Amino acid sequence: MLSRTADNLYWIARYMERAETAARLLEVGSRIALLPSAAGYRNEWDSLLQASGNADAFGRKYGDPVQRNIESFLFFDHDNPSSVASCITTARENGRIVRTALTAQVWDALNTAFQELRQLERKPRSELELSRLTEWTMRHAAMVRGAIEATLLRNDGWDFLNLGYGLERADNTARLMDVKYYVLLPRVEFVGSGLDNYQWTTLLRAMSAHRAFHWAYGGEVTAAKIAHFLILNTQCPRSLITCVEGISTHLDRLSKAYGATTDAQAQARAMLLALRETKVDDIFDEGLHDFLSRFIRETAALGSVVHDTYLSGDMR
Amino acid sequence: MAVGPGAVAVTQYFNEMYQGGKVRPPYARLEDWMKAMPAELRTLKQAEAEDLFRRIGITFAVYGEGGDPDRLIPFDMFPRVFTGAEWARLEKGIKQRARALNAFLVDVYQRGEIVRAGRVPSRLVYQNEAYEKAVAGIRPPKGVYSHIVGIDIVRTGPDEFFVLEDNCRTPSGVSYMLENREIMMRMFPDLFRENRIEPVEKYPEILRRTLASVAPEKCSGEPVVVLLTPGHFNSAYYEHSFLADLMGIELVEGQDLFVEGEFVWMRTTEGPKKVDVIYRRIDDAFIDPLCFRPDSMLGVPGLMDVYRSGGVTICSAPGAGVADDKAVYTFVPEMIRFYLGEEPILQNVPTWQCGKADDLRYVLDNLSELVVKEVHGSGGYGMLVGPKSTKDEVAAFRGKILADPGNYIAQPTLSLSTTPTFVAEGVAPRHVDLRPYCLVGERIELVPGALTRVALKEGSLVVNSSQGGGVKDTWVLAE
Repeated sequence: MLSRTADNLYWIARYMERAETAARLLEVGSRIALLPSAAGYRNEWDSLLQASGNADAFGRKYGDPVQRNIESFLFFDHDNPSSVASCITTARENGRIVRTALTAQVWDALNTAFQELRQLERKPRSELELSRLTEWTMRHAAMVRGAIEATLLRNDGWDFLNLGYGLERADNTARLMDVKYYVLLPRVEFVGSGLDNYQWTTLLRAMSAHRAFHWAYGGEVTAAKIAHFLILNTQCPRSLITCVEGISTHLDRLSKAYGATTDAQAQARAMLLALRETKVDDIFDEGLHDFLSRFIRETAALGSVVHDTYLSGDMR
Repeated sequence: MAVGPGAVAVTQYFNEMYQGGKVRPPYARLEDWMKAMPAELRTLKQAEAEDLFRRIGITFAVYGEGGDPDRLIPFDMFPRVFTGAEWARLEKGIKQRARALNAFLVDVYQRGEIVRAGRVPSRLVYQNEAYEKAVAGIRPPKGVYSHIVGIDIVRTGPDEFFVLEDNCRTPSGVSYMLENREIMMRMFPDLFRENRIEPVEKYPEILRRTLASVAPEKCSGEPVVVLLTPGHFNSAYYEHSFLADLMGIELVEGQDLFVEGEFVWMRTTEGPKKVDVIYRRIDDAFIDPLCFRPDSMLGVPGLMDVYRSGGVTICSAPGAGVADDKAVYTFVPEMIRFYLGEEPILQNVPTWQCGKADDLRYVLDNLSELVVKEVHGSGGYGMLVGPKSTKDEVAAFRGKILADPGNYIAQPTLSLSTTPTFVAEGVAPRHVDLRPYCLVGERIELVPGALTRVALKEGSLVVNSSQGGGVKDTWVLAE
C-alpha cells in the first residue's frame, strides 16, 4: 500500500481518538468543577489544559481559564489542532483523500460526523450544553470505529488504522490520568480523602469505566485499584497495557504480511513485556506522574519509529 | 417570420424523441414510462437520485467560482437513446478519428510527413504552444500518444453529426457516464428489463487493459499501472479516485513517486515499487519540474528522463495537446485522408478562416448568421454570436475582423438537437451534446455509451456544467 495512504488511515484513527479525548477532558473538567471550591487549589480547569499539553496556546488566545473559554478551545476552536472540531474536520478530509481504502460505511460515518459538526457550529452557543457536546462526540467516534471494525477488510490498511487508535489512546489515557496529578499537586494531604476518591471516580466516569471498575474490583475506590485498572488490567479497553497489546498485535500482523520485522515490532514488544512485569507498587514507588510521563515519552518514540518505517515512504 | 420564439424552437431543432408528431422508434417505450409517472413520484425519484449521488460522493467543484466544493452536478432522469445502427456509425467515425489523431501525433514528432506534403501548415504545428519540443523524436509504445480520446459531438438531424472539438490530453467526465447508469439501474430496474440496453460497466476494465497494453518494453511481467492526480483539492479528484478504485490501481500524487536509476518508483509501506505506466490527470506543464515548469509541486523530478529512455509510459503522452488545438481541428479531415486513405465519417463543423480572402468575404457577407471566434480564445470571450447580437454589435465586430483577419474563424450557428428533459413544469425539450471516450492502446475500443450533457435552461445552447448544464444517462439499444 502507498505510504501516503497508510499515513492517512493512521491519522484518521488518531484524530478520531483525539477528538474523543478532548470531549472526555471536558467531561472530567466539568465534573471536577462541580466540587465545592476549596481554597488553595490550583484552578481545576487549568489542570485540564496542563494535562492536555496546550496550556500555553490557550493562555495566549483566551487568558483566563473559565469554562466557556475552555469549551471554545477544546471543542470549537479551529486554531487548536486538537479541538474536537479540528480533529473531526481533519479526519474527514483524510478520509476523502483515501476514499478508495475505506468502505462506504466508514466514509458515511466520517462524513456524517463532519456534516453534523457544521450544523452544530451554526447553532447559538447558549443552546449547546456541554454534556450534549461530549456525548455527541463520543457517539460519532463510536460510529466511525464501529464501521471500521464491522465492514473493513482486515488488510494492512486496517492494521494502520488500529495502530493509530492504539498509539493515540495509549497517549491519551496516560494524559487523562495525569490530570489527577495536576489537580492534587499542591496539597498532598488530600491523598486518600473523600475529595481524592471523588476525583478518581470522576476520572473513571469520564472514561466510561465507572461501572466496569466496580464490577472488576468492588468496594472502596483507591488510587492503587484505579492505577491497576487503567494501567495494568488487560480487561479494561482503555488501559495502557491493552493499548500496547493492540499495537504489538497489529505490528506483528504487518511484519507477517510484509515478511519483514523492524525496530517497531521490537520496541512494542519491549514495552509490552515491561508492563506485564510491572506491579502497582512499582508504579507508586516511581511516582505516578513520573511513570506516566515516561510512558508518554516511550509511546511517542514508538510512534516515530512507526512513522519512519511505514508511513514516511523513505524505507529502502 | 410571423411566429413566436417558442414555435421557432420546436420546428427549427431536431427533437430526438418526436418527429412530425410521432415518437421515433428508440424512444417508443419511454413514452409510456414518462406518461405513467405522476409528478409526485417524479419529485420523489429526483430526490432519491440526488441522495444517491451525494452518498456516493460525486460532486463537482468549479474552479474560481467559490461556493460549496461539494456541489452536485444536476442529473436529469430522462435518458437519451441511440439505436444500435446510429451508434454503429458513430462508433466507426469516432474510432477513425482517434486513429488519425494518433497517427498525426506520431508523425509530427518524427518526420512530419503531413507538413512536408503541404497538407497542414508548418506554422500551425511547430509554432504551436502545445507542440512539445522535449519529446520530438520519441515514438511511445504501440505508437500511441493519446490513449483516451474524448470527442465532443453534436447532432443536428437524424443522420447529421458534427464534431465540435477533440480532447486528446485528459478528457474528464467518464465517471458520470458510469454513475448515471448505475443510478438509473437502481431507480428504474423495469426500464432495463423492457429495453435491451448495452452495458457500459466494462469501461474501467478496458481502460486498465488499454493502459497495461502500452507498458514499456523494459517492463517484464505484469505492468504496474498508477493514476497520477494533482491531489484532493482538484475539482476532478472524485473521478480520479473513482477510476483508480474500479481499476484496482494506486491513486498517486507526485510526492508518492520518485526517480532512481532508469525507473520511476512509488513509496509504499513495503519499500519502493517500480511503476511502469502512469495514467496522469495533470497537465504537461506540471509533470516534471526539471523539464517543464520549475515551480510545479505536483510532478515528479526526473520523470521525463525516464520517459525518454523508455523506462515508463505516460498516458496521454506529453505533447499530445498539439492534436486537439482549435486551429489544428480544421485539419482533422485532412489527417483522416492522409494517414488512413479514408473519407471522414463524422463531419467537422464547417469553419471559415478569415485569413483566407474568399472565406473572409463570405464571413463579412453573412456576419449576422455566424458565430465568430478568436483562434486562440476560449471560454466564450472575444466571440460574436451573430443571430443573438444587435446591428451595432455586428458592425463593431466587423471592424475588429478587418483589423486582423488572421485572428478569427467563423462557424455556422449550430442547431443542437434536443431530447425530452424533466423540468419544473413537466417534460420539455432541452439541447444536448455527446462526449464518448475512445480508448487507444494495442486495440481501439469504445464502450457503447457516452456522457450526454444537457443545457437545463430553456433555449440555452450551453451545456457546460459550470454554466447550468446537467447530465443524462445515455443508452445504446442492442440490435
